[in-house]
Amino acid sequence: MSLQDRLTELRDQGLADIKSADVLKKVNQVKVELLGKKGPITEVLRGMRDLTPEERPKVGAYANEVRDKLQAAIDHRRDELEQAAINKQLAAETLDVTLPGRQVPQGQPHVITQIITELEDLFIGMGYQIVDGDEVEEDYYNFERLNLPKDHPARDMQDTFYITKDVLLRTQTSADQPRSLESHDFSKGPLKVLSPGRVYRRDTDDATHSHQFHQIEGLVVDKHITMADLKGTLTLVANELFGDQFEVRLRPSYFPFTEPSVEADVTCFNCNGKGCAICKQTGWIEVLGAGMVHPHVLEMSGIDPEVYGGFAFGLGPDRFAMLKYGVDDIRNFYLNDVRFLSQFYKKG
Amino acid sequence: MRISYAWLRDYLKLDLPADELAEKIERTAVEVDGVIRPSAGLKKVVVGHVLECVPHPNSDHLHICQVDVGEADPIQIVCGAPNVAAGQMVIVALPNSWIGGHTKIKRSKMRGEVSNGMLCALDELGFDEKLVPKEVADGIFILPADATPGEPVFSYLGMDDEIIDMSVTPNRGDMLSMNGTAHELAAIYDQTPTMPKVDLTEDAADLADDDLNITVQADEQAVPQYKMRLIKNVTIKPSPLWLQIRIWNAGMRPINNVVDATNYILMQYGQPLHAFDFDQLDAGQVNVRFAKAGEQLTTLDGEERDLLATDLVICSNDKPICLAGTMGGLATEVTDQTTSIALESAIFDAVKIRKTAHNHNLHSEASMRYERGIDHGATEKALDAAAAMIAKLGDGTVTSGIVVGRDEDVQPVEVAITLTRINHVLGTDLSLDTVSDLFKRLDFPTTVTDDTFNVTVPSRRWDIHIPADLIEEVARLYGYDNLPSTLPTGQPTIGKLNETQQAIRDARKLMESAGLTQAISYSLTTDSKARAFALHASDVTTLDFPMSSERTTLRLSLISGLLDDLAYNNARKEQDVALYEQGRVFFSQPEQVRPKEVEHLAGAITGSMVKTAWDTEATPVDFYQIKGIVAGYLKSLALVDPISYVATTAHAEMHPGRTADIYVGDQLVGFVGQIHPTTAKAYKIRETYAFELDLAALIALPKARQQYQPISKFPSITRDVAMLIDDTVTNADIVALINDKGGAHLQDVHLFDLYNGKHVPDGKKSLAYTLTYQDQEATLVDEDVTKAFDKVLSALTEDLGAEIR
Repeated sequence: MSLQDRLTELRDQGLADIKSADVLKKVNQVKVELLGKKGPITEVLRGMRDLTPEERPKVGAYANEVRDKLQAAIDHRRDELEQAAINKQLAAETLDVTLPGRQVPQGQPHVITQIITELEDLFIGMGYQIVDGDEVEEDYYNFERLNLPKDHPARDMQDTFYITKDVLLRTQTSADQPRSLESHDFSKGPLKVLSPGRVYRRDTDDATHSHQFHQIEGLVVDKHITMADLKGTLTLVANELFGDQFEVRLRPSYFPFTEPSVEADVTCFNCNGKGCAICKQTGWIEVLGAGMVHPHVLEMSGIDPEVYGGFAFGLGPDRFAMLKYGVDDIRNFYLNDVRFLSQFYKKG
Repeated sequence: MRISYAWLRDYLKLDLPADELAEKIERTAVEVDGVIRPSAGLKKVVVGHVLECVPHPNSDHLHICQVDVGEADPIQIVCGAPNVAAGQMVIVALPNSWIGGHTKIKRSKMRGEVSNGMLCALDELGFDEKLVPKEVADGIFILPADATPGEPVFSYLGMDDEIIDMSVTPNRGDMLSMNGTAHELAAIYDQTPTMPKVDLTEDAADLADDDLNITVQADEQAVPQYKMRLIKNVTIKPSPLWLQIRIWNAGMRPINNVVDATNYILMQYGQPLHAFDFDQLDAGQVNVRFAKAGEQLTTLDGEERDLLATDLVICSNDKPICLAGTMGGLATEVTDQTTSIALESAIFDAVKIRKTAHNHNLHSEASMRYERGIDHGATEKALDAAAAMIAKLGDGTVTSGIVVGRDEDVQPVEVAITLTRINHVLGTDLSLDTVSDLFKRLDFPTTVTDDTFNVTVPSRRWDIHIPADLIEEVARLYGYDNLPSTLPTGQPTIGKLNETQQAIRDARKLMESAGLTQAISYSLTTDSKARAFALHASDVTTLDFPMSSERTTLRLSLISGLLDDLAYNNARKEQDVALYEQGRVFFSQPEQVRPKEVEHLAGAITGSMVKTAWDTEATPVDFYQIKGIVAGYLKSLALVDPISYVATTAHAEMHPGRTADIYVGDQLVGFVGQIHPTTAKAYKIRETYAFELDLAALIALPKARQQYQPISKFPSITRDVAMLIDDTVTNADIVALINDKGGAHLQDVHLFDLYNGKHVPDGKKSLAYTLTYQDQEATLVDEDVTKAFDKVLSALTEDLGAEIR
């Protein structure tokens, strides 16, 4: 048998053995047997010294070809078997991925904080400062400086918790307005502030009344602030809170500290303006009060109303939350039932 | 104020649907609560003519009536009303009709007799009982004789009217009258209103002055105007139906012709009027003054009232007969026997009337108007109109002249404003003509010089004094819908949370990511709860006049409110609750009128923070879990001074063995621990752990400057030490000693084991720490570490009596 024939025979036999090897160990064994230093191919190559110089390169090339082919077959088979082993292991490791993940304790902000934070961020983006006034305020700032002298009928709208004759729990965060006005340095630019916070009214707690609730007041004073600016700002607030698909209407109202005064309504989001129980069949929901700062309020803070003017607005996050989420009892906000608190997922 | 659409049409040509009118009023003038349609929901209620009325054979009070309802044959109806009689025109609810209260009437049999419907009283048509005239309250209502049988009954009763229920703001007292509302709508719709004319005939031979004599002792501010007329030979009787309809549609009860006339003129002019029975006055003498302490007056409602020195009273010969502007007295009330009327038209000070109404809890149509102001220019017109009406309805005569107790010179207000100013404030580009036209529609006489409007505001709009008021008139009439929508321009400003606000937000986020949910509790609580858990001794701030004993005092801690929240949850079977609150506590300051408001942060946890699950065992919260949350938060603040936890028994409401005061340097900033079991029981909560931190103090403390520390290229070496030590030696003692003796390269001390169970002698515990050594500059040599470590070991043994294991 020629060396070439012998190589062909070895090749065919080797390929068959590799193919039939069913574990890695056998593949390695075939490799050692065929391609090892004492293997048959090495032996064939050793026999080449008996060949003629012409034949030698041919057989040599053929021998290399056979060896490479066998090596490739071994590698391939090894990969196959390794992959099969991995697949088997992975199959054994399969989990029920629908089982719940391990709990990580996670708290969340109060729904009122969520609304306040949302509006704070909106107004910070428009260059407003956030002001935190005191909750215990002087009658003078809470009422008189806002154009509500003692015995003013509009004081009836805000029954008040007094601590002394002159000190009270603020009934409105507008109480910050005169303090902001008198401390602002207009040479450094306009006054633009937002005052969120707790306020108190002398009310008996029931589903729609709470002696403690929240307010957000905004105030802008500069040399040229217009009612159109107020309208644009209020529209922005309504769109932020309820979405921009709703219409906003302004209508005349009365607040002693603004003139003109308006209230802003948005289309009832529940019935889309058709009329329902939430909007009391009007198609509109009252969401905030606003107006142009009353000249007397500016004057009392030492600001010339001929030169400066501005707007102010106020809204109630409690009321917003009740409307937006259909909360039917305001006391829910202050009883802190975890089954209530955990319903509002949005992060502050 | 209820505005009858039918009545409005006396003034203006208005064809639009009531809902549209209401919407327009709301967008331009005042809020509208709704449109009332008295006949809404009623069906098949018609005029009937009682042809025959005979007693029911099986009843002592029922009658069997044959009633013409406009059909070919009369129908039989059994009626129980005492006043039913043949010949009457009556209200018939036909079979299958709907009457008030959403009630359906069916054909029925009453004691054997067929009844094809029902004869109705007013309240059965849905009239509020308070509005039904007393004389018809006990029987069916009798319609006018010229009513047509079979026709719907609504037009005969004013029930086909539409009534706009306006909620008038305090500044628009002028709209608490038909005249004022008509002026407003005339401006809105650019019409000229037809105002009511007064057709007064005086008896020239009879001078009012001869019989009536008025003195006003109260000052001119309290009583700027006081006038009366005298009407004689009046017959008191029910008002004609048209007047009754206007009265009840305005939400008042028809009483008699004189009272109804005064109420009608009140509604029309907005001027409260009061009718006295002249013969009950003492010799025609009237005087107006403040009441004296100890005086009493029985008012029309039968209440005997103790008068206050702030009450204005009308007297006759110095004996109080009427609470001015609020309610009349019983003694001088107009009765069926009255023949002469002394009719008052006056103006009283808003604040005085407000006080009287408030103090006596007497809020009437009159007081409501006085509180909001009255047209000072219309007292006489209203007085004349009412006198003429009373004379006409009561077949009386008006004596000659008005008796004036006090009068004033009423001048219109002049306000000037420029077009530039209007456009500057509104952000509009209105023309001179547009604005002129708006003032013309308001019927404010105006002259224009260059771009200045000189506006004469009539006395009927006493709410307008200053240019800003005129801007409002222009804005609302021009229409808020027509204003442009812009945002403020001008010098840009930086919007940004300040350091405190940012720190508060950060604190909230950290608490939430540590598993605590934000609570907002009440700041007002009971005295004892307000004082509980106070970080610093302080007096409390108390309400002067609280609403309830539960809410009297401002809190000194947040924990107290959180425990109330936990109790609320525990009572509802929610056992796992982890809450935090960020808010203010109120430390009183003896030298100041207001307390110091300090931002605090507190948490309270009961139960476990994770529930038992397929792979987790719920672990009840303990001291170290809540301390971990506090420590994590404090670490995030990067405080310069060291934080220490010092065991304390100082907080009466906290567990004496499981509470630590928290110090930064030597400043007390809070405490953490277990709620004392006795306190927990009092709050009705289970085992609870809590902390309270002075957030304001923490924010104010110096923060470490952030600086990058190069990460050492050289390996670290660790040594473990385990020791048996007395129970009384704390972890803090040991760590402090190790740090003290650890040498320059000691980087970290980590407690990895604590054991005091089996094999540990009583009074001892076993602790194990890993000490990590590292040099920033070079590789540490093993012998050096061993040397340093041995120093620590001997110090532990010698100084703390540790037994190294």
